[in-house]
Parts: sequence; structure tokens; C-alpha cells
Amino acid sequence: MKKEFRVIADLLPKNIRVLDVGCGDGSLMSHLIDEKNIEARGLEIIEENVKKCIYKGLSVIEGNAETELHQFPTKSFDFVILSQTLQAFYNPEKVLKDLLRIGKSVIISIPNFGYWKVRTSLLFFGKMPVTKTLPNSWYDTPNLHMCTIKDFFDFCIEKKINISKVIGVNEESTSEIKKSNLEIKNLFSKVGIFLLK
Amino acid sequence: MSNEIKKLKVSKSLLLDCKETIKDFPLAYETYGNLNENKDNAILVFHALTGDQYVSGTNPITKKDGWWVSAVGPGKAIDTDKYFVICANVIGGCMGSWGPKEINEKTNEPYGLTFPVITIKDMVKAQETLLDHLGIKKLLCATGGSMGGMQLLQFCATFPNRTFSAIPIACSTSHSAQNIALNELARQAIMADPIWDKGKYLKKNIQPKNGLAVARMVGHISYLSEKGMQEKFGRKLQEKADYEFSFDADFQVESYLRHQGFAFVERFDANSILYITRAMDYFDLSRQFKGGLIEAFKNQKTKFLIISFSSDWLYTTKENKDTVIALNSAGADVSFAEIKTDKGHDSFLVNEPEFLKTLKGFIDSMHIKFKNEKK
Repeated sequence: MKKEFRVIADLLPKNIRVLDVGCGDGSLMSHLIDEKNIEARGLEIIEENVKKCIYKGLSVIEGNAETELHQFPTKSFDFVILSQTLQAFYNPEKVLKDLLRIGKSVIISIPNFGYWKVRTSLLFFGKMPVTKTLPNSWYDTPNLHMCTIKDFFDFCIEKKINISKVIGVNEESTSEIKKSNLEIKNLFSKVGIFLLK
Repeated sequence: MSNEIKKLKVSKSLLLDCKETIKDFPLAYETYGNLNENKDNAILVFHALTGDQYVSGTNPITKKDGWWVSAVGPGKAIDTDKYFVICANVIGGCMGSWGPKEINEKTNEPYGLTFPVITIKDMVKAQETLLDHLGIKKLLCATGGSMGGMQLLQFCATFPNRTFSAIPIACSTSHSAQNIALNELARQAIMADPIWDKGKYLKKNIQPKNGLAVARMVGHISYLSEKGMQEKFGRKLQEKADYEFSFDADFQVESYLRHQGFAFVERFDANSILYITRAMDYFDLSRQFKGGLIEAFKNQKTKFLIISFSSDWLYTTKENKDTVIALNSAGADVSFAEIKTDKGHDSFLVNEPEFLKTLKGFIDSMHIKFKNEKK
């Protein structure tokens, strides 16, 4: 399982209700059910992934988070998880608002455009970065709204969204991000995980 | 399989929605496979408008394949080597269950239009008695497409948690105006046939074949998609090189409809079509439950999988998704998948590999969960 998923799983208490938006093949959901006795539901747009979830006995709804989050009642989940897809929505602010409506808490992870390899790629080679976390070329990327950890931090403050915890993840380590170390963590974290209330 | 229709004489009295009470009526059914010792492998199938209890194998009455052989049988998606499959003929039907062609003991004549107008709920209540008869407290799964799916939604609402999982396929929680209109077309075709004679034709031992065939043709058009029909028939002519400048079946699509229509009259009763289509039209779960659909689906522990077909214009993906939304709002455990296909509403009856794989994947995974729950 991805390191990011392990960090997310560690943030969650046992025996709660979780909605995994963009749940992929359900590997995070399976882990949460097995390890934490969590009641997990998924929303997924890719048909193949939906079927993989169904074969595993996971509860998944085929649909587009951009347009179909309205079907989930207000505060119907303890946690809502959105892993590395916020940047792919036409209107990330609207999606985020919906997630905060549905969940008592929200966990969002973002691929960090401020990571040093991304910055050097642009600075020294003058080309849009292609990395493990950002594997697509500029012309076929689904990412419409790339941002850095710092950008998202500032965004939450501007929109008065309560940040409970931020964790930076890279190959070697995971570490908590605070206002005091934001600049440096923004440079060395590949992925930022935000716990919002 | 013997040619005798299995029948349960339902002794429990049943209050119908029209306020009439019935008892000691026949309910025809069939089963496939064996119920295991733990009773954790029973699957109930609800049939659609023109279906019957003969889901798999050979229908002993028509000598044709059961209506869902594509999905049910040894080694199939619903594997009868593994699961115990049950299906009953709906009341109002004409394959042995209590319906308008049965003899009214009071008059010694077929009921015809003196048969009470029944509803989807009445059908479901009648079928629930069969589960008691078979000694099944909780099903592994219940499923059905089209009207079968509507019965299933009703079953879950009326008898919560009587099934561990449920797969409503290509259906809705109420009949749309378009669906009512198409049903009305079918009914009018039957009633316009002079043989029909206000439903009294059976006394003369005849059927309003022309009207019934047209009714079936209407149905068949609505079961296909525009694209599917174009691909299957196009403008191809039926075994001829040129137009005949007549009103015979020049086009293949005409010939297909005529064949479907006239094959149907051999096995179906016209009055049954009136009664069953009426039951479908009256179906409206949110009207039935005062608090709407959330009330209908509250306290559900059943695990739902709703399946729709992209080219189905009779029960569209949107309508199926509305059921998903209602279940979600009620806090039920629901999955949803749309199968991309050109085969229209009929997709669930034909060999559609993606659909069958999904069906099998879900049922097999539910079986594992149900066994664990029973431990």
C-alpha cells in the first residue's frame, strides 16, 4: 500500500464511517475495513475500478465527484477522504465545500508543486515537470489546478477552513508541517496531507 | 424436471392494496440448486412483466430456454451448483399463480376482469409467504430486472433485512409518465381487439391474439436502443431483393416484431398483461411511504448494488441513480454501476459479459460476507 495511505489510515480512529472520494481500486478502503473496522464507502469515476471494488465486496458508487457529491447527506460521514484529485476538478473550491458539508472531518492530499524536484525541473530545464507523483506531460495531464502545500495552506486560511493538522510526505520520512516550518517543508515534501474540520 | 408446475397453496390471508382480502390462493414457483445446511446460499429472483418462474433450464410448458439462462444455471454468474435459486410467478400472472385466467370457484368461470386490481406490493407480499414455506429466514441475495427490480425495492421496503444483499437492475422507485404511456398503448391494443370482449374471451376458450401481439411489439421496441436496433436490422429486407409494394413484412425489423408478437400469444394471457402493467403503473414507493423514499429505505442493513445500462431509455441511468441517492440519504449501504452497452433495456436478459461479471463478482463476495455474519 502507498505510504500516503498509511499516513491517512493513522489519522483515523477505529469504528467510524468514511467516504473515500476517488477510491480507485479500493485498496485504502480494504485496509481501513480490515485494520480499523471502519465502515467505508467509495465514489469512483473509472468503470474498471468500480468493478474491482465490487468484486472485493466493497461499497462503491460509480460517479463523478465534480457533479455528484450532492447525493450524500450533510454530515453523513465522520471522515471524507480525497486523495490527490482536488487539482483535477474544474472547480476545486466547490468540491471542497461539498466535502466539508458531507464529512465532520476531511482529509485531503495534494501532490506538491513546490517540491524541489518540480522547481528545479522548471528552473534548470525550462520544462513542465514529469515526476512519479506528476507522471503526465503538460498536454495530457488531468491536473487543471496544480498548487503547492503553501498555496493550499493559504487558501484554507483565506476561506476560513479550519486546519487541524498538516503532514508532509516524501520517500524517506513523514513530518508534521506547521506555520513555522512551512517554507522548508514546502520544498522537501512530495505530498501534503491536510486534516480539515 | 417434471412437467408439473410446483404450487404453494397460500393459506395465510393477504390484504390487498385494493382492500380485498384473499387466502388459499395458488402461488407457482420453481427452484434450482440446493439449499445448503447453513441456509446461507438462497437467492430470490423476481421476474419482469412477461417472465415466469422458469428462470433457468428448459421451461416445461413452452419447451424453450428459461428467461434468464444467460445469468442463472450451473457455472453461470448466478451459479446453481453453488446457490439455491428461487423464483415465483407473480400473482396476476398466467403461469400457475393466482391470476385472471384462473377459475373463480364461486362462479366456476375464469376471473377475467372480476379479478382484483393488484399492485407490486401485493405481488411481493404473496411471494414472501414462499420464503416461510421454504424455511428461509434470511436470503443471501434477491435480484430482478425491470419490474423484477421494482418488486425487489418493494420487498426491501416492506420486509427490511429479509435479504443480506439486493441487486435491483434497470428499474426505478416509481413508473415514469413515458412508461405509463407505453403500458397504456399495450393495454389499448388488447382492449381494441374485438375478441377481448371486456376480458371475457376465456369463456370461449380463445385469446385476443392480434391485440396481444401488438402489445408485445410495443414492448419489444422499448426494450432495444435506437443504436442497437439500427445495427441489428438497419433497413435490411426480409429474404427479398426489393420492396414488394405491399403491407407484408418487407423489412427485417417488421418481421422481427411480428415474430415476437405472435410467438408471445402462444404463452401469455392478455388479461394478465392488463393487470401486471397496471401494477407497474401504480408503483410509487415515495407515495406509499408518507415520509418519501428516505422513510421507505430507513433502517436498511441490506447491501444494495444498483445496476443500470447506458442505452436503456425505459429505465434510464438517471432514474436508477435517483434510487441510489434515496438509499444514500437513508444511510443504506449502496453500490452503483452503469454497464456501457448498446443493447438497451434488454441488456440484463442477453449475454452481456460486463454485466454478468459484475453480477457474479458481487454475489460471490456477498456470500463470503454472509457466511462470516452467520458464524
